[in-house]
Amino acid sequence: MTAPLNLRSIFIAGVLTVLALLPVYAALTGNYFLLTLFTRIVILAMAATSLNLILGYGGMVSFGHAVYLGIGGYVVGILAKEGILSGFVQWPVAVAVSALIALGLGALSLRTRGVYFIMITLAFAQMFYYIAIGLDRYGGDDGLTIYKRSQFGDLVNLSSKTQFYYLCFAFLLGTIYLVWRLVNSRFGMVIRGSRSNDRRMHAIGFPTFRYKLICFVIAGTLCGLAGALLANHTDFISPAVMHWTRSGDLIVMVVLGGMGSLFGPLIGAVALLVLEETLPVLISAVAGLILPSAATQAGEYWQIVLGPLFLLVVLFARGGIDGLLAKVQRG
Amino acid sequence: MLYFIEQCLNGVQLGMLLFLLAAGLTLIFGIMDLVNLAHGSLYMLGAYFAATFAALTDSFVAGALLALIATLVVGMAVEVIAMRRLYGRDHLDHVLGTFGLILFFNELVRMIWGPAGMTLSLPMEMLQAVQVLPGVFYPLYRIVIIVATLIVALLLYVLVMRTRIGMLIRAGASNREMVGALGINIKLLYTLVFGLGAALAGFAGLMQAPILTVQIGMGENILILAFVVIIIGGIGSIRGAFVAAIFVGLIDTVGRAFLPDLLRLFLSSNAASSAGPALSSMLIYLLMALVLVFRPEGLFPTAGK
Repeated sequence: MTAPLNLRSIFIAGVLTVLALLPVYAALTGNYFLLTLFTRIVILAMAATSLNLILGYGGMVSFGHAVYLGIGGYVVGILAKEGILSGFVQWPVAVAVSALIALGLGALSLRTRGVYFIMITLAFAQMFYYIAIGLDRYGGDDGLTIYKRSQFGDLVNLSSKTQFYYLCFAFLLGTIYLVWRLVNSRFGMVIRGSRSNDRRMHAIGFPTFRYKLICFVIAGTLCGLAGALLANHTDFISPAVMHWTRSGDLIVMVVLGGMGSLFGPLIGAVALLVLEETLPVLISAVAGLILPSAATQAGEYWQIVLGPLFLLVVLFARGGIDGLLAKVQRG
Repeated sequence: MLYFIEQCLNGVQLGMLLFLLAAGLTLIFGIMDLVNLAHGSLYMLGAYFAATFAALTDSFVAGALLALIATLVVGMAVEVIAMRRLYGRDHLDHVLGTFGLILFFNELVRMIWGPAGMTLSLPMEMLQAVQVLPGVFYPLYRIVIIVATLIVALLLYVLVMRTRIGMLIRAGASNREMVGALGINIKLLYTLVFGLGAALAGFAGLMQAPILTVQIGMGENILILAFVVIIIGGIGSIRGAFVAAIFVGLIDTVGRAFLPDLLRLFLSSNAASSAGPALSSMLIYLLMALVLVFRPEGLFPTAGK
């Protein structure tokens, strides 16, 4: 760190402190709603961070990243239904299956680039969505309820809200640390180099396909782990988790927070999900000023504001929130 | 055998629908280099407009015509307000911006038409089945869809390859600065092309409206199928889109109809009935993967891209 006391690091330190102290607040006030919401935010932030590795640093616009959330979740759900409750089995299997599927999908999709890559990852994601719908034994379209969370013996009790939250938070920090180490390593240099000019990296002698494939697999694996967490959080898994709009949400988190910025996806996840919670309230408040009778009804239509907001971010705030902070800092 | 012919016709009909969507997408991509996820929303709007106008005018044909004009206008408005600002940007920006538009349109439709779906009923004479081959009866309306789409495809070909405006469109695709420098209003041209793509999507939606329920999100899953068609056919190629659309339509429909029975020959009926639906919905994606392995640029790659 060259300048430890700048706006960006203060902001990020603030966010991390709030996240770290949240269970204390919940315990003091007895208000566990926020803790449940933020458990979800932390898990999705982990997924978004893994997407940022390929999207932000690698320039691979994968529009099917939510698939791994579903795969991690389904592994946990299916094993639980078949009577295997130990997390020491469930989670490694979830990780291994995600890695294998990422390897297969990556090997096929990375043969293409640009808009082809976007469409192909999207189409393969849809394939897994339909496969999940076809799993009649595991709930099909309706999804699968997970009656018991993963068991870790005396190590950690996932049914405790606080313990589960801290576990997710630790995983998020671990993911961010891993991404930081990766992108600053030689491996990361190659990935970032191939983002700016793949042909040149190739000419220098790097087999960029292999590098990108490994990067793709790492991202998918991390997201699969987030999926195992998510299934434990909701006690439920359904095909809807991997619908392509969920993948879109992950991209929005990354871009909203700041692409290719280490903490960007975390900020983006917090911003998007908090926005989703508060926008209905905000809209009905504004509508209430104009037309009191329509207040509660207007809140239902919050997505009509959210959609154009994405467009505005794309048009005017390319660097996301992190980019805005950097801009303010420069003055 | 009769059932097989019927399923093949259904497959061709789905293929036609996919072609209408894919043609608009590939046209917009080929010319403006724009990835438009909101294309499915225009399809949905076409269906809603048709259902509304048909109920108002009490005539299916009048409703369809009005719906076509309405989607054209909406498409051009969307281009002027939003899309125009996205040209020349990163594809990721297109994806994100148009993803936002999907949310917007879904919510707008829910506000205007409510969360419940709509139905569009056909005139009586459309409902009967006609004999297409000795002993094979097929619903007249589905034949109308196939024929109408073929006519649209032909018109599109003539428009792009044989008219002055088509020449400008093709010129704009290969070098937009040069076309602009020669005094052609390229902005207007782009608006027209986007409107044309929107109208094609709207046409697909309104033709499909009597067969399906008109509902929110109806355009989202079909959009992905259209993407598969484009990937198989090659981006920017309308001819490729046509061939690939019929392929995908046939394989998807025939696969769904016969794969479970086929599996029953090899597997226990229990395993077959559980694996059948999943496997048949995978078929077209497997086809896409195969095409990718052997022809990464699609079956009909456009030259020079």
